[in-house]
Amino acid sequence: MLRVEDLRLSFGGVRALDGLGFEAAPGEIVSLIGPNGAGKTSAFNCVTGFYRPTGGRVLVDGTDVTGRRPSAIAALGVSRTFQNPRLFKELSVLDNVRSGTHLWLRQNVFDALLHTPRFKRGEREATDEAHRWLDFVGLRGDRAGLVRGLPYGEQRRVEIARALARRPRLLLLDEPAAGLNHGEKAELLDLLGRIRDLGAAVALIEHDMGLVMEVSQRVVVLNFGRGIADGPPGAVRRDPAVIEAYLGRDADEAELAAAREEVRGAGTD
Amino acid sequence: MRLTKDTGPPVKPVRGRGDSALTRLLESRWLGWLGLALALAAPLVIATPYALNVMTSAAIFVMLAVGLNIVVGYCGLLDLGYAAFFAVGAYTSGVLATRLDVPLLATLPAVLAVTVVAGVVIGAPTLRLRSDYLAIVTLGFGEIIRIVATNLTVTGGPSGIYGIPGLFGDATSGAAVFYYVTVLIVAVAVLLAARLGRSRIGRAWRFIREDEDAAEAMGVHTYRTKLAAYVAGAVWGGMAGVLFGAHLSAISPASFTFLQSALVVMAVVLGGMGSTPGVVIGAVVISVVPELLRDLADYRFFAFGVLLIVVMILRPQGLWPHRSRETPHTAARSKGTDHAPG
Repeated sequence: MLRVEDLRLSFGGVRALDGLGFEAAPGEIVSLIGPNGAGKTSAFNCVTGFYRPTGGRVLVDGTDVTGRRPSAIAALGVSRTFQNPRLFKELSVLDNVRSGTHLWLRQNVFDALLHTPRFKRGEREATDEAHRWLDFVGLRGDRAGLVRGLPYGEQRRVEIARALARRPRLLLLDEPAAGLNHGEKAELLDLLGRIRDLGAAVALIEHDMGLVMEVSQRVVVLNFGRGIADGPPGAVRRDPAVIEAYLGRDADEAELAAAREEVRGAGTD
Repeated sequence: MRLTKDTGPPVKPVRGRGDSALTRLLESRWLGWLGLALALAAPLVIATPYALNVMTSAAIFVMLAVGLNIVVGYCGLLDLGYAAFFAVGAYTSGVLATRLDVPLLATLPAVLAVTVVAGVVIGAPTLRLRSDYLAIVTLGFGEIIRIVATNLTVTGGPSGIYGIPGLFGDATSGAAVFYYVTVLIVAVAVLLAARLGRSRIGRAWRFIREDEDAAEAMGVHTYRTKLAAYVAGAVWGGMAGVLFGAHLSAISPASFTFLQSALVVMAVVLGGMGSTPGVVIGAVVISVVPELLRDLADYRFFAFGVLLIVVMILRPQGLWPHRSRETPHTAARSKGTDHAPG
């Protein structure tokens, strides 16, 4: 479904992405993990068209979408959430989720002006669809009111519902657990499982390792814009390169001796 | 797969506060009819030629404000040159009617075509800009159109065009008849603009206003959608221009200054951006209040300005802001769709 090849992205002299490659297949959750600044969100932005990569290719369902505008990529069945929720704040919760229906709702200007039966059917369908996905993500808050009136955790759910209402074949979730409390994380875990069961390919950026290891079929580890490991969670967890990227490398004896020497020298001066 | 079988969250949506009687009244679907009835009844109260003149101007101004509301209120694009489209409509119909003796109603298709083209030509380069830059460039285009009209011979130069026939030729052009025809046309224009705002494209406009990137991520081609808002605004403005020419029977560049554009923006902001009843009221206030203040002579616009400032301090969201809750009618799901997908 998604195939990223040798993706490169530079901002001036900084290489945010340096030859990243990974894939995501339908019905599987692929997690992108890595230290802060490793290029995870940059990779998402390249896939969804918000950044134009300086090199490499992004293939969605075999179609090369590199450098297309975000709405064109969305039209191919891609949908995403943002690291900080980007909802339409002054609109109702339902309207926010209805935005997911934009791409598949059939309605032209004359339907809207004349309120044809097709218009009424379409509007009803959009509202029902919005309710269905809000049920699916388990939103408890007031749906007719403004989305900014909801607590943070609920807003994150609305953002996921909005992405799902697109009926995506590829879903990219950027840190859905950020800022959630323990109970909300448990619910998210369950929700992610149900999203996978819908059959879409899911790419997930997440810092909560417990959640990543439990929910992912595959984990891709990034460091300095490059993939340093790619495999099932169990294997990736034991990979020495991954441990090094996260914890730092053990210093060897010679380095330790040199450091001691330096400290001693500084002390006697 | 059912939601109910797993450890998933219990879904019990909270109901919001119940709507008060006043809210229900203000959101009633009969509200539009009430407004129309008021407009139709007004000449029964006062029907001096002066009053009819003011009321007809107010109705035309309502149409302008509703058109600009599509651009500014729905889509969030600050257009400071809206009088340009008002001018394009007025001049297109005026030139065709006076020089080619086309009946005014028959100029409408041409006006439609020309305003759409004008909307695309002005919108295509400017809509690539955002916020402040967009405002400045639209202001520039507004001035360009006015100056072009001042300098062309076909538009009559600085003195403009006169002898524009009424809507149905000169025979039936009583002031009261013209007022009623105008009110009906404007009512339809208000209804259609409101309907656009509630549709798929109307939602897309609001998504763009709220967050352009998020809208794009949901598949809204933001550039084309903004252009559509701009062109719709141009068509409404152009049609209002036709009425304007027919009403005054003469037009000149002095009618399409920046002040005119600014007044329309003021009507939209004063009434409540994105709110149809608000914008209608805002337009009526902006066009009628200066007339009511005529007794103050030279201090008229000073008093008007103070009044506007006071209103904006007391009600920064406008006199009648867009509803912040959906009505139970639009928010309700249809029967038998209680289950989650999957």
